[in-house]
Amino acid sequence: MSAVSDYRKREESITMSSEPLEGETRELLTLNIGPHHPATHGVLRLLATLEGEVVRDIKPIIGYVHTGIEKTAEDKSYWKVIPVVERMDYLSYYFNAMAYCGAVEKLLDMEIPPRAQYLRVIHLELNRLMSHLVWLGTSALDLGAMSMFWYCFREREAILDLFEMSSGQRMHTRYIQIGGVFEDIPAGFAKKVKEFTAKMPQRADQYADLLEKNEILLSRLRGTCILDEQSLLGLNVTGPLLRAAGNPWDLRKAAPYSSYDHFDFKIPVGTVGDNYDRFRVRHAELYESTKIIEQALDGLPEGPHISDDRKVVLPPRHELATSMEALIHHFKLVTEGFRVPEGEVYFPIEGPRGELGCFVRSDGSAKPARVHMRDPSFVNLQATAPMVKDGYIADMIATLAMVDPVLGGVDR
Amino acid sequence: MPDADALQEIAQELRAADATSILGTTHVHGRAEIQIDPSKNVAVIEQLRAKGYNFLASLHGVDYYPEEPRLGVIYELLDMKEVDRVSVKARVPLEHPKIETVVHIWPGADFPEREVYDMFGVEFEGHPDMRRILMPEDYEGHPQRRDFPVGGEPVLFTFNENDGYGADR
Repeated sequence: MSAVSDYRKREESITMSSEPLEGETRELLTLNIGPHHPATHGVLRLLATLEGEVVRDIKPIIGYVHTGIEKTAEDKSYWKVIPVVERMDYLSYYFNAMAYCGAVEKLLDMEIPPRAQYLRVIHLELNRLMSHLVWLGTSALDLGAMSMFWYCFREREAILDLFEMSSGQRMHTRYIQIGGVFEDIPAGFAKKVKEFTAKMPQRADQYADLLEKNEILLSRLRGTCILDEQSLLGLNVTGPLLRAAGNPWDLRKAAPYSSYDHFDFKIPVGTVGDNYDRFRVRHAELYESTKIIEQALDGLPEGPHISDDRKVVLPPRHELATSMEALIHHFKLVTEGFRVPEGEVYFPIEGPRGELGCFVRSDGSAKPARVHMRDPSFVNLQATAPMVKDGYIADMIATLAMVDPVLGGVDR
Repeated sequence: MPDADALQEIAQELRAADATSILGTTHVHGRAEIQIDPSKNVAVIEQLRAKGYNFLASLHGVDYYPEEPRLGVIYELLDMKEVDRVSVKARVPLEHPKIETVVHIWPGADFPEREVYDMFGVEFEGHPDMRRILMPEDYEGHPQRRDFPVGGEPVLFTFNENDGYGADR
């Protein structure tokens, strides 16, 4: 028997079933994937135990981009912590800043002006769109749809231009401050955002046209790696992954913060909790976020963009030339920072990937005694192993894309 | 958030089951917190879970340096039906930093407990895989403790690659 026909014979005997074979000796292979593998979306390392093409177990190994941000934050005054926490989950910097600032504001018992709350909502939702666009582009790339990447990044680029217009930075904008936002929006910003939101729904339709009728994508997503709602709740999973399994839990609706209760929007939910539902839920959120941005722009209240509590918020620049008191406040805030009364708070918000909760403990000094981020990527990553168990290795790649972990947020 | 009275009621109910399990309650900044005896954490959490607080939103550690008992483990519990949150805090002493795991209740507590172990050195008894998670396996010390210095490690360059931490790896 030649080597080729021997191979044919062996190939015929390969069963494509993902169930373990009765009575057969199972040969398991441990395969290392990552940390520098493009499909892991960052520096995630997976130890996969395979039986042929079937994944029997995976163990995520993390910590490759651990930079000790929580430790660094303890060594900085409250307002200097904002730029470092923004760099945790590098696709949702407005959310990180919002969670942290919200926690400190709760400790200070601060009132946030309505205009600042609306400006925050506009930027948070633009950020959610941006994050989902990066997810959609890179996930489609993992599933073989190259062109989606360019289309999604075209729209993402437009959002980054908007961020640059309002805050001067494209990423890590430090726009959200304790007490409000850094600056009022410039003239023409509202018009630019309107132009963007006017074309965003059509663009999202185009993505759907490209992907929804694609046989390859559908067969790779539909019915793969299902995890039911109860298991997800046990794994503390929140966000689009939980909503894809049919649980409409969204903090923007359940426990509104920053005036989210003023807006009319829907929570997209899935039915079975497979990869297709995860894809559809996030895709549907593109439309809902666009709706929120439009409503927030239309109803944008007049008034100050930041609280006028001079013990916490920097005085306006022009006052420094005329007011001695403003100069003293400015000096005190820049050198020492402000002191925060003792206490502990946990401030959760709905990030693009789930509940993003910031725990801040104050010991009464000008520096936080503990800052902890409950990052949704870190918690949701645990759900990957039960999802992909007994599925094919190709479905594992699809699932990892649909879980959407951002390794900056996982490792912090 | 339960209001101050509702929090007292919850604490009373928990005390009725085991008088020594609850050490106190606080209700500040709109946050309800129950301080518990660390050796009774699973019993208290099971009771709160039966009352509806059945989602573990977050689990994190705190260092109360220099006060003893120094290390705190905080469970942020959530009732999704009533949209209600309650925090449970167990403080363990530095000489005996041990507490029972809740992984059997919520498998999702796996990573957070490993993180608390890694950063603060609190050992979770009964955890199936109590290893470091973010720091290297051979790292010494628990960096998030308040008495652990910031930037205490030299950066390895070519001239000092043969001495200091990590040189033998």
